[in-house]
Amino acid sequence: MNHLETEIKSLKRNVVEMWHLVNSQLDKSQRVLTDFDKNLCQNIKVNEKMVDTFELMIDKDCENILALYSPVAIDLRFVLSVLKVNYNLERIGDYASGISKLVNELENPITQELFTSTKIVEMFNLCKELLKESLISFEHENNWETRNILCRDKAINKINRDATKIVSDYIINNPGDVMIAMNVLSIIRKLERVGDHIQNIAEELIFFMEAKVLKHQKKKKDISE
Amino acid sequence: MKNIITTDKVNLFYGESQALKDITLDFLPNTVTALIGPSGCGKSTYLRLFNRMNDLIDNVKITGNITVEGENIYQKDTNIVELRRKVGMVFQKPNPFPKSIFENVAYGLRVNGVNEMSVLKEKVEFSLKQAALWDEVKDKLKKSAFELSGGQQQRLCIARALAIEPSIVLMDEPASALDPISTAKIEELIYELKSKYTIVIVTHNLQQAGRVSDYTAFFYLGELIEKGITKELFINPKNIKTQNYITGRFG
Ligand SMILES: Nc1ncnc2c1ncn2[C@@H]1O[C@H](COP(=O)(O)OP(=O)(O)OP(=O)(O)O)[C@@H](O)[C@H]1O
Ligand SMILES: [Mg+2]
Repeated sequence: MNHLETEIKSLKRNVVEMWHLVNSQLDKSQRVLTDFDKNLCQNIKVNEKMVDTFELMIDKDCENILALYSPVAIDLRFVLSVLKVNYNLERIGDYASGISKLVNELENPITQELFTSTKIVEMFNLCKELLKESLISFEHENNWETRNILCRDKAINKINRDATKIVSDYIINNPGDVMIAMNVLSIIRKLERVGDHIQNIAEELIFFMEAKVLKHQKKKKDISE
Repeated sequence: MKNIITTDKVNLFYGESQALKDITLDFLPNTVTALIGPSGCGKSTYLRLFNRMNDLIDNVKITGNITVEGENIYQKDTNIVELRRKVGMVFQKPNPFPKSIFENVAYGLRVNGVNEMSVLKEKVEFSLKQAALWDEVKDKLKKSAFELSGGQQQRLCIARALAIEPSIVLMDEPASALDPISTAKIEELIYELKSKYTIVIVTHNLQQAGRVSDYTAFFYLGELIEKGITKELFINPKNIKTQNYITGRFG
């Protein structure tokens, strides 16, 4: 193995580690939400610092590889995509801690009715599932696994779209829960963004593996066939 | 645009051993093409086809079709002097003649029958300017070429090649013996010469190939593995052998 390969391997290890961390942040923020477990918020806050540290370190690693090794072909595509995956992961980590803060502001747990009608838990599960799948496809460097993720944020987007009406109806019927309802809506908005960032990640991985640019293309499914 | 050089199913043998295998590759005018590949893969051999330098080697057998500016250059009546006027060459090691700076550049012109001093002066100055060397030597044209630094000598050789106004310039690792500043100057030069000449350059420096060339051709064991637009070849090579080579993963 040459020097560059060693560097790239260690870069990949760091990215995988960050990915796991962001995964667990998302997981914990879900538990904060569903179990109204405010104790976890502090832990999320601490780990957010870790995510930031990872982001800086990975950026630095990429800079060094670009400056010292002038990578080409698959190596270059790897480093370029990692730079962007890194950014997107950090954003997801940010949303996870944002969600835990929103729950932390509440005095009372979220009502069962809101959980059921908004499908927020389902949305959370989808995000986690996609983030995990994208991690696995990155680890395997498997383009079919990655392509499988593209466009899977449709269900997430639908829950987001439907939420406006559902939450406003809920507020009309439960004026005492305005604060809770508003925060639930904010969380849904954040999860929608998480879904977007995962799509971005999948697109970056396709660029890395296939050298195809999927960004800003409408019919990704067609290209994938 | 019409190709200025074409090679069609070219095979070359040194005695029994085959150095080029079925190479089909064309070159557009006013482009820079980099030939890359591991040592011994046939890059220099291939380059020497275009000015028939391989003819100087014993026991060489060539098959296939090679044209320069539309003409088959391996005909019985091909004028080799004329061909070498059209196809200039710069070598890896600067090889100035043991003459003055001025005479080095004037040499090719004199050989081609130019003797009038005013014309020579004008052309020498023009060539030295093109080779980005004029400012450094204009006050010492009568000095020996050996008094120049390696990088200056190489640019002098480029000026010498340009003086006879070729349409094609072949460069065999022209910057491999130079420091980064001289290298940068030569690369800058190649970039500028493109508007007037067609350039084929052999280089082991892949970053250099990436910087100066429009097209890159990858040779391996006498075969042409892949030719493509340089940017594309360096971002997304089509052939796994190319990828292994440019990423340094060759055994
Ligand atoms: N004059 C010669 N007589 C016999 N064999 C030769 C001669 N010149 C080159 N060869 C052989 O032909 C093959 C191609 O050589 P060539 O010099 O074209 O390679 P190259 O790609 O330019 O290598 P390098 O990067 O080391 O300059 C090699 O196997 C070499 O040994
Ligand atoms: Mg050679």
